[in-house]
Amino acid sequence: MSETTGTPLLEMRNISKTFGAVKALRDVSLSAWPGEVHALMGENGAGKSTLMKVLSGAYVADRGGEILVDGRPMPTGDPKEARARGIAVIYQELSLAPNLSVAENIFLGREPASRGMVNRRGMSARAQPVLERLGVDFAPGTRVASLSLGERQLVEIARALASDARIIVMDEPTTSLTSRETERLFGVIEALTAQGIAIVYISHRMDEIYRLSDRCSVLRDGGYVGTLTRDELSARKLVSMMVGRDLSSFYKKDHVAVDSPRNVVLKVEGMSDGRLVSDCSFEVHEGEVLGISGLVGSGRTELARLIYGADPASAGKVWLNGTEVTPKSPREALSHGIVYLTEDRKALGLFLDMSIQQNISICVLQADAGRGGVLNFRAAAERAGRAIRDLGIKTPSARLNVGALSGGNQQKVLLARLLEAKPKVVILDEPTRGVDVGAKSEIYRLIDALAREGLAVVMISSELPEIVGVADRVLVMRDGHIAGEVRAAPGKPVEQEEIMTLSTGSAA
Amino acid sequence: MSETQDISATRDGPAGSARLKSTIMALGMLPVLILLAIGFELLTGKFLSVNNLSIVTQQASINIVLAAGMTFVILTGGIDLSVGSVLAAAAMAAVSISLIPGWGMAGIPAGLAMGLAFGIANGALVAFVGLPPFIVTLGALTAVRGVARLMGGDTTVFNPDLPFEFIGNGSLFGVPWLAIFALAVVLVSWFILRRTVLGTWIYAVGGNQEAARLAGIKVGLVLLFVYGISGLFAGLGGVMSAARLYAANGLQLGQAYELDAIAAVILGGTSFVGGVGSIWGTLIGALIIAVLSNGLILTGVSDIWQFIIKGLVIIIAVALDRYRLQGGART
Repeated sequence: MSETTGTPLLEMRNISKTFGAVKALRDVSLSAWPGEVHALMGENGAGKSTLMKVLSGAYVADRGGEILVDGRPMPTGDPKEARARGIAVIYQELSLAPNLSVAENIFLGREPASRGMVNRRGMSARAQPVLERLGVDFAPGTRVASLSLGERQLVEIARALASDARIIVMDEPTTSLTSRETERLFGVIEALTAQGIAIVYISHRMDEIYRLSDRCSVLRDGGYVGTLTRDELSARKLVSMMVGRDLSSFYKKDHVAVDSPRNVVLKVEGMSDGRLVSDCSFEVHEGEVLGISGLVGSGRTELARLIYGADPASAGKVWLNGTEVTPKSPREALSHGIVYLTEDRKALGLFLDMSIQQNISICVLQADAGRGGVLNFRAAAERAGRAIRDLGIKTPSARLNVGALSGGNQQKVLLARLLEAKPKVVILDEPTRGVDVGAKSEIYRLIDALAREGLAVVMISSELPEIVGVADRVLVMRDGHIAGEVRAAPGKPVEQEEIMTLSTGSAA
Repeated sequence: MSETQDISATRDGPAGSARLKSTIMALGMLPVLILLAIGFELLTGKFLSVNNLSIVTQQASINIVLAAGMTFVILTGGIDLSVGSVLAAAAMAAVSISLIPGWGMAGIPAGLAMGLAFGIANGALVAFVGLPPFIVTLGALTAVRGVARLMGGDTTVFNPDLPFEFIGNGSLFGVPWLAIFALAVVLVSWFILRRTVLGTWIYAVGGNQEAARLAGIKVGLVLLFVYGISGLFAGLGGVMSAARLYAANGLQLGQAYELDAIAAVILGGTSFVGGVGSIWGTLIGALIIAVLSNGLILTGVSDIWQFIIKGLVIIIAVALDRYRLQGGART
């Protein structure tokens, strides 16, 4: 817990940063006490990264702003000085050398050496206590390549500790972690704060903010909006601070699910993959949004991929409008009108070097093509133009490379691709991951519109408020099976607590 | 869509800025080609003669054909090291069949079929067995070379009355047939890559193979096709080479041709990791290599220095490739 007497460990006062004509930061102030977790939230482009780059010395702040560490001013724009003062930033993309040992990575660039020879034993000996401080169970000699992503992140933290960091910035550290690794990271964060280290924690995920933060500051359009203490935190308050308006209808639910057995669109029976997913069965009705919740690693994505035919199933059947279709490949699933939005749009979804138009039309090229598979550019341009208009994709042209778009617009391009395939069943895996709040609410509106058109929508989400706000019914997965179902009744929305209880199995 | 990707693109503005950039990169090598040509003309005074240019295009043509096939493969993020050996085997097949009385012209389809068969074999191993392209085609480089030697009993097969020798030595309205074949191959490649569904799939598989699979693209078929067409073009290269020489030798023919083909593709701005590139760039790359070889000979640079200079050019090209990737829209 934080102590709020004495001098803050870190104080950033009136930090502004101008790039040409663009003011990326305006008079932002942020402080951190020893032992505090200070969360930093804001839409993409709100200025979080810029602020942290000023802190780490990557950018020089505009005149008038100052950074104090232990009450002593620190010049900005000097990464070496920032490191020497105990500031360490752990970025999303880890910067470890996979073929070196843990100890070698911890001391990378600062190897204890005598007469030009690296002292390996000394390095291990010095790494050991740092690893112990983090409570990790791998030896300093372990090769980094053999570690999981979560463990590698711990090595990054160990590296920061070994250089006597006292202010550690973590930029969305849990994005690629499993639930167990996330728990472990939280444990480490708690241990670090107990040792008086201050953590600046950047995240989009409300549950993490609730769990960890002592205070949470919000940035918007480069400006400082406000800071909430732990007791004042609420999702609605945070969202409205981030968006700048009160969002009484942030989650849109105008569709009315017709929940009767006669209009089951998708039926999944006994789906298993022989590894994680075991015996999952459920139905989705016409015009219904079915949420699938559960902790990360509970098998939600794996289940979705089985239904889509992306991975081989060991058992299980998929029925579409009463006919068994059980796709054996994504291609087959698409041909039946089952589409799947991946949770990792850059690695598994988009073709970043191809145009928006090509990305949108890629699944229907064959259907549009003339004889001999000759491309129909007019059809593709019409599809792209319509999608850009209907989904509000912000781009000067459909010919722009999709890699140049923001996260939210990239996600809309992927959604457009799915919709062009004229789907009957839409499976969305974390549809709002890495998307700013404005685009989020547009995606919710789109999901609602799909349900109103009578499609069956399956939405996987880790964000409880989102799944509760959007879905008619929520399946909760735990350890690869469906642990239970939570449904809304008239006048009684789906309860977040109920979902949490089922996901963790705490009161099952 | 593809207009802006092509070298003929004139569209600009923010819309095509990323495309424009890649176009400029492909064009970026065109000035190099022109400067080289002017430079060699100034040095020798005979480079830009009609006669010499005709020789240059003839020398370039076989590499253009091989490099066109290589472009398909590299666009998917793969590599085909076997094209030189396949060319030798195809040439052996073409000449051997042409020696059968009454079957002379059958040498052409025989050479093409030989190339296609080896290409399909490479493709099947990559696409369906899942072996790395480098390993598969490295093996094929050696094994097919052995096959080529085997076919002629490790001797040179010779046909002084080769019925399709016009391909290698004749010309149509003053344009060598070799050059016409090379240009035709480039046009066919351009059409497939830019005007067909298959072409878009090739770029997609090279850009992101797993995303391509999830988007319902038949990734296996695409891979089979690119190695198949690379083999087919190598087969055509074999026929062209046999037609030029009236002969084929399993041991010497096509040695290290794969390196010139790869160099042409990379010089042309096609990314080694796949997904980005154009056939026009490859054409320019192959011409640069031919101009370098021819010009260096004309200026009297020793054989040894020719190697060194050509090697350095390839390295500089890869450095450009790196630079372009860093500056591109990739995030």
